[in-house]
Order: sequence, then C-alpha cells, then structure tokens
Amino acid sequence: MNLLFEGFAWIFDPAHHGGDEGIGTRILQHLGITLVVMVIASLIAIPLGYLIGHTGRGRSVVVALSGGVRALPTLGVISLIALSVGIGFTAPVIALVILAIPSILAGAYSGFEAVDRRTIDAARAVGMTEGQIVTRVEVPLGLPLLIGGLRSATLQVIATATLADYVGAGGLGRYIFSGQATNDYPQMLAGSILVIMLALVSEALFSLLQRSLVPAGVVAAEQRQPDGETSGGPTRKSGPRRSLIAGARR
Amino acid sequence: MFTAGKGRRVAIGAVVVGAVIALSGCASGDPLADENSSSDGETLVVGSQQYYSNEIVAEIYSQALENAGYTIDRQFQIGAREVYLPEVEEGNIDVFPEYTGSLLQALDPSVTSGTSDEVYSQLVEALPEELSVLDPAEASDQNSWTVTQAFADQYDLTDIASLSNVTEPITVGGNSELQTRPYGPDALQELYGVTVAGFTAVEDSGGPLTVKALVDNTIQLTNIYTASPLIEANDLIALEDPDGLFLPDNIVPVVSDKVDADATDILNEISAALSAEDLVSMNAESVDEQKSSEEIATAWLTENDLLG
Repeated sequence: MNLLFEGFAWIFDPAHHGGDEGIGTRILQHLGITLVVMVIASLIAIPLGYLIGHTGRGRSVVVALSGGVRALPTLGVISLIALSVGIGFTAPVIALVILAIPSILAGAYSGFEAVDRRTIDAARAVGMTEGQIVTRVEVPLGLPLLIGGLRSATLQVIATATLADYVGAGGLGRYIFSGQATNDYPQMLAGSILVIMLALVSEALFSLLQRSLVPAGVVAAEQRQPDGETSGGPTRKSGPRRSLIAGARR
Repeated sequence: MFTAGKGRRVAIGAVVVGAVIALSGCASGDPLADENSSSDGETLVVGSQQYYSNEIVAEIYSQALENAGYTIDRQFQIGAREVYLPEVEEGNIDVFPEYTGSLLQALDPSVTSGTSDEVYSQLVEALPEELSVLDPAEASDQNSWTVTQAFADQYDLTDIASLSNVTEPITVGGNSELQTRPYGPDALQELYGVTVAGFTAVEDSGGPLTVKALVDNTIQLTNIYTASPLIEANDLIALEDPDGLFLPDNIVPVVSDKVDADATDILNEISAALSAEDLVSMNAESVDEQKSSEEIATAWLTENDLLG
C-alpha cells in the first residue's frame, strides 16, 4: 500500500522475529548497548557533576568542554576507536559514553545549582555537615533535574546506537544499514520505527521516574502554594525553587 | 482555566497530530525522487559510487570532459548500486563509472559466470534502452573472498573451493548486503560445502575496519576489492576463483543518450589507457598518501597525454 504500512508489515512478519538476525535479538543488542553506556556514563558524570555543583568550581571549564565534546561526530569516533581496539562492542560503547556524558553532567550540576541557597544555609545552620548537606539536601532536591539529564542522554544513546552495527556490534542499526544498501526501504523504515518505539518507551519510563522522585517535602510545599496563585508573582516563578519544581513536573 | 494538566494533553495532541502529518508525508511517493531534474544540453552529470576508487575514475572522466569544453556537474559518493542505478535510468545522471560483472548481475541475477568479453556482450544486451556502456577498460576491481596470509598457510588455501579444508568455524564479515549477494555465504555453502558459522557486519566496504577485523581474527573471511592497496599492505590473500563465482569486473562507463560522439571518444580513450596496475597504484596514492581524487586524476591524465 504505502511505505509506512510496509514498514509495519515488515515488523509484524513472523519471519523477522526469531533467531540471530531477528527483531528480538536486535532489540536486546540495542538495549544492552544502551544500558552499558548509561551505567558507565553515569558512574563518570554524576560524581563529577555533583562535585562541580556542590563546590561551584570548574563549571565554565566543564561547560565549554562538554559543549565541545557534543559536537564530535559519533560515527567518526566509533571508526577511530575501532581501528585501535578492533570491531565489536567496545568501540561503540566508548563513543556513546562520550555522547552521553554532557547531558548527565549538566543534569547533575544544574540539579545542585537549582537548590535554593537559603535551604542550604538553613541546613548548615541546623548543624548539618557538608556531607549531610550533599546527601540529604542537595542530592534529593537535585534528583528531578538529574533524571532529566539521564532522560535526554538515554534518548540520544538509543537513537545513536544505530551506528553500532557499523563496526559489527549489531543492534537495530543493522536494519537501517542493510535496508539502505539493498534498496529495501520497508526494512529500513522498520528499523527506524523500532528505534522510535524504544525511545518512546524510555521517555515514558523516565517521565514516571521523574515524577515519583520529587521529594515529599517539595510536593507538600507545592500543594500549599498551588499553581496559578498570584502571591508569588513572576519574580517567584523565575526563582530557583520554582524552576526546580517546573523541571520536576515537565 | 488553562491548567497544567490540560496543557499537557494539548501538547500530546499536538505531537501526535504533527507526527501523523510528518509520517504521512514520508509514506507517499519515492523519498529519493528528484524534483528539479534539469536538462540543459550542455551540462553532463557525472556520478560516482560511495567508494574512493570509483570516485577517482569519475574524476578522470569529469576532468577529461571539462578539458574538451563540457560543463560537468559532479554528483559523487552516491550509496550503493540499488540507489543510483534508477537515477541513471531516469536520466538524472549521464556518466557513471561501473563494473561490468557486478552491473550485469544487478540487472540479471541469473548470470553467474563468464569471461570478460562474454560478460561485456551480455551486459550490452541486458541494459535498459535508455542506457549504454562504452568500451571497457583493462582495469578491473573485482569482489573477492579474502583471508590473511597466516590463515591461508594454516589451512593450505589457494582457491575458494579450498575453504572446505578449514576446520574451525568461519565468521564472514563485510557490508551487511554481502549476506544476500549471489556470491555470499549461502553460495559458499551450496557450491563448495563451506560451513559459515556466522556473519559480522562491518560497514566500511572492505576498508581499514574490515582489514583490522580480519587481521585481529575477529572475522576470517571477507570481501575486499581486488584493486584495493590494503590487500598487499596487510599481507592478505584474495583467493583464486577458477569457477568464476565472481564475475569479471572491468571498469566501464555507463552513459545516457546525452553523451554525444565527442564525449564518447574521450571516454573510450580513457578506457583504452586505464590498466589494472594504474588502478591499484592510483588507489594506493589515495589510501597511503591521502591525495585527493582531483590530484590523482589530473596526474594520471597528464601522464597519459589525455588533457590535450
């Protein structure tokens, strides 16, 4: 009928479901790469982002650096790395970690920065140690923005992991590469649709997570001063705590 | 009241509507259709594959034609044959360097063997009416089943049939379309009883990543074009093909009817001069010395007195 229909027909064709070349295997490979990348990138970027957010130091350097890194073309990075480590899983994982770090880093430090300074002063005034301020005040209040960073990083990684097949790591990119090379547009479109579906599922999960992780105190404060209340006015809305809540609900 | 909840619903609605509109745009018609296909009598469109060696030949054609006063529109680096052949048939591209056997097999998948001359005459017949091929060059750039020297020594490999000596599982690597080509892993199994354990995609058309995978023994067998300087540089062996699994692939210009007699003569002179050694050494200049295809083409044309 038309290309879009053929793409879906390709996905629902049972001949494409099982086995080493099947959709199931490709989705698992794709998710496997995404998961490994997100774990490694988080282990690097979250502590670093917290350090920057808490001390307020090194922000400009890191912003400039991660901005620059964002501009690296991932396919080029994958090829370069694969030439030294060989084809397979490692090269795309490293390249995608480089891609994922800036978003997570930004989420981590801006989460800390968004915490109202008065809250931190209050915490210090009641005798909390620096460690307690980080773990009990800054981390919980910064969580929604951190999850936001993880969310956009995951989205980028799911979309870009299609390049993993360029160096033999499989994933849904296979359908796109092989469809393009053989003029098999339904196959190519099927690959794209599957990537889009993975991205939508990840968006939905993160959106649930983001909502459930807003600390109870913030929710309570929000309920006492519901949306649309005029007392705060525009200055309040642009204040740090408001933007934190907005970030949490979006 | 325009609450946050309603706002979200509206936003979701807008996204869904937008997506449907965007996707239905994709769904209708050919995504590659060229809307502004112009046809001035003067301009010739020269195309090339997404393959540096093919681009060098296309650049040679372009420079020689420009030297004779034609205006050339270079449309280089177009993906695989399945993508550009319809464009040539529709007259959007006028000159394209091609390979006799691969082109014939694309037009008529039933053809499986033949000498250079047989392939050429079959190709002339198989071509659609709008297209013709000019004289073929001696230079050829064929597909091959390639292994490392070490692997060949270990199992005493000389030709493709001897792959059945191999006792370890063979993983084939290469562009993902290799898996479905008529000479692909299935043909090895059917014709020679070679058991292929798996296929690993390496999408750089027998380039450095593929060679790296072969040398690392991540894959044991791949398809590298015989004119590739990487074969000699990395101690690889292109297995002999006495049964003609791969068709001879001499370089030949495919042209539209916009290519007149003068242009035909120019292209035929080029084919007459283009030897197999020339092709390998030009490829080596591109890969090893990173020279641009313009530079390489100009040097070759000057050397062969073709820039009059």
